[in-house]
Amino acid sequence: MQPFKFTKASDAGTAVQAVMTNSNAKFVAGGTNLIDLMKEGVETPSELVDISRLNLAQIRSTANGISIGALAKNTDTANHPLVRRDFPLLTQAILSGASAQIRNMATNGGNLMQRTRCTYFYDVSMACNRREPGAGCAALEGINRNHAIFGWNAACVDVHPSDMCVALAALDAAVNIQGQGGKTRAVPFADLYAAPDDMSAGKMLAGDTTLKQGELITSIDIPKNNFSDNSYYLKVRDRASFAFALVSVAAALDLGGGKIRQARIAMGGVAYKPWRATEAERFLTGKPATEENFAAAADIAMKDAKPLEHNKYKVELGKRAIAHALRKAANVKAA
Amino acid sequence: MGKEFEDEAASPGDEPVSSCAEWWSVENQTPAGDTARDTDECLQVDGVQNADTFAEKMTEDEEQLLDELGMFGESRRKFLGHASAVGIGAVVLEILAEQRALAFERTGSVPAEAPLENAVTVSLKINGAQKTLEVDSRMVLLDALRERLGLTGSKKGCDHGQCGACTVIVDGRRVLSCLTLAAQCEGKDVTTIEGLAKGDSLHPMQTAFLKHDGFQCGYCTPGQICSAVALMQEAKDGEASYVTADVRQKAHSLSLSDEEIRERMSGNLCRCGAYPNIIDSIREVHTGKPTDELGSMGKEVKHAAV
Repeated sequence: MQPFKFTKASDAGTAVQAVMTNSNAKFVAGGTNLIDLMKEGVETPSELVDISRLNLAQIRSTANGISIGALAKNTDTANHPLVRRDFPLLTQAILSGASAQIRNMATNGGNLMQRTRCTYFYDVSMACNRREPGAGCAALEGINRNHAIFGWNAACVDVHPSDMCVALAALDAAVNIQGQGGKTRAVPFADLYAAPDDMSAGKMLAGDTTLKQGELITSIDIPKNNFSDNSYYLKVRDRASFAFALVSVAAALDLGGGKIRQARIAMGGVAYKPWRATEAERFLTGKPATEENFAAAADIAMKDAKPLEHNKYKVELGKRAIAHALRKAANVKAA
Repeated sequence: MGKEFEDEAASPGDEPVSSCAEWWSVENQTPAGDTARDTDECLQVDGVQNADTFAEKMTEDEEQLLDELGMFGESRRKFLGHASAVGIGAVVLEILAEQRALAFERTGSVPAEAPLENAVTVSLKINGAQKTLEVDSRMVLLDALRERLGLTGSKKGCDHGQCGACTVIVDGRRVLSCLTLAAQCEGKDVTTIEGLAKGDSLHPMQTAFLKHDGFQCGYCTPGQICSAVALMQEAKDGEASYVTADVRQKAHSLSLSDEEIRERMSGNLCRCGAYPNIIDSIREVHTGKPTDELGSMGKEVKHAAV
């Protein structure tokens, strides 16, 4: 690991200032991803600004829903009574990720900012535009079994590793960000992650997210919803636990009068960000919660999938996972 | 050195006991995985032969080092058998680190090494005792425990947060010490495997692991036990897991099924595959009801026999 200066931030403003003035500085909180990447030589910051003691860990109910502090631990968020009662989809998604030890360390802000687990990103001897813009993408023609089927281009075919974020995308969360001079802004979850730029257009990857250097996530807002009785997070992986998703689905239904009033479907393991299936959601709106409608919605969700050489299985797996997650959410038994 | 070495080897009664004990304690810290197994096998199968050929190739400096470490006779032979497999330098460095750490334990002062480029002073409580350390900003808690405090119970397995061998309990929560910067531990309360027993009385989880044979090589065991101890509190607090049927039902004290135990212990890998006996150990402590000493594997065998 390269040497780095370690500083403790006393408040969010000084933390932002410190990272903004040093383009090679990073925030550190739980460290579960960053320290690993530093050991691998993938991340080489010259300075770490410790934000773990900042007063940003509250989880509280607001007029519009719930506010979740960026520095609340994943475990504490998943088990918070308000989250378990009103946003069980988020609880399930968080608990499907990593291990108990990692969830005890990892913060919500860090979960959002974690980097891809693409093996070519991790191997510093391989070409990776995420690590070194302009270097190329070894995964494109490499072993891409775990890679994207949506939203990719020749610059990058990675997938976002988070489970928590799939639920946040489904639940229309917004991310509150503090920047220079204490200025704050709210970013809709759908706009948090930067699409890989098309290398053929002469552009390069600017970064994983739309955040600028030094901008700090302070909290996450989730609006109230009517999904708490009918939601389910399904994670499909190579082993039963402690593995990243091949495909995951966050499904949420607002049921009433024998019909689906609203539906939410987001997928993990398929794109550089949690992938919302909005067309499938619209298809389900106003229709009865039946096996046939779920299967049709799944077909719609996967129709634009563009698999790579080794991940064609994700298209069929994605369809089945969506249908199964919707069944579980609606408490409909499989035929 | 050939002749002298052989003479001493012929009279094992002369070897200093303390250095022998230190040697074995160091040997037990060899890294996980292939290295540990390979070196162990080497020691058992080829060790003596290697010791002789290796001894002949030793430089004067290396001989002097072993003399300074107090290694004579049989302990020297065993050491050389081992060192020939992994290189004398690595083993000697580890022994020296251990001795420095033990010296620190006795005196309570941090031994000065090379000046640190980015030094951070940290005060924290470890197994009930207040400690103050000056660490390199890069040092993780695992290395601080092992290399600076002589607490070698916590193990370095993968060193990347994937195996759980380094699990310790910080402020009541199980965490991975390999991914925790020591610099971030100011004021924290750390419990390691060494801090679980009360004097000579083992923690119930330690006793259960012994009773149910919840290990084979033992390398993952300190992490497994720390993890399981913290899990007992999580169950009392009613925390949910991914296999919890309905996370909206908040229970104050959970009764964990085997499926729940497996899911909640998934961050601790065991390459020997002692999982059935680990589950038996944890279930016994969790339920407070003693179970069959043979464990679930034994039960299966018995059923098969009927």
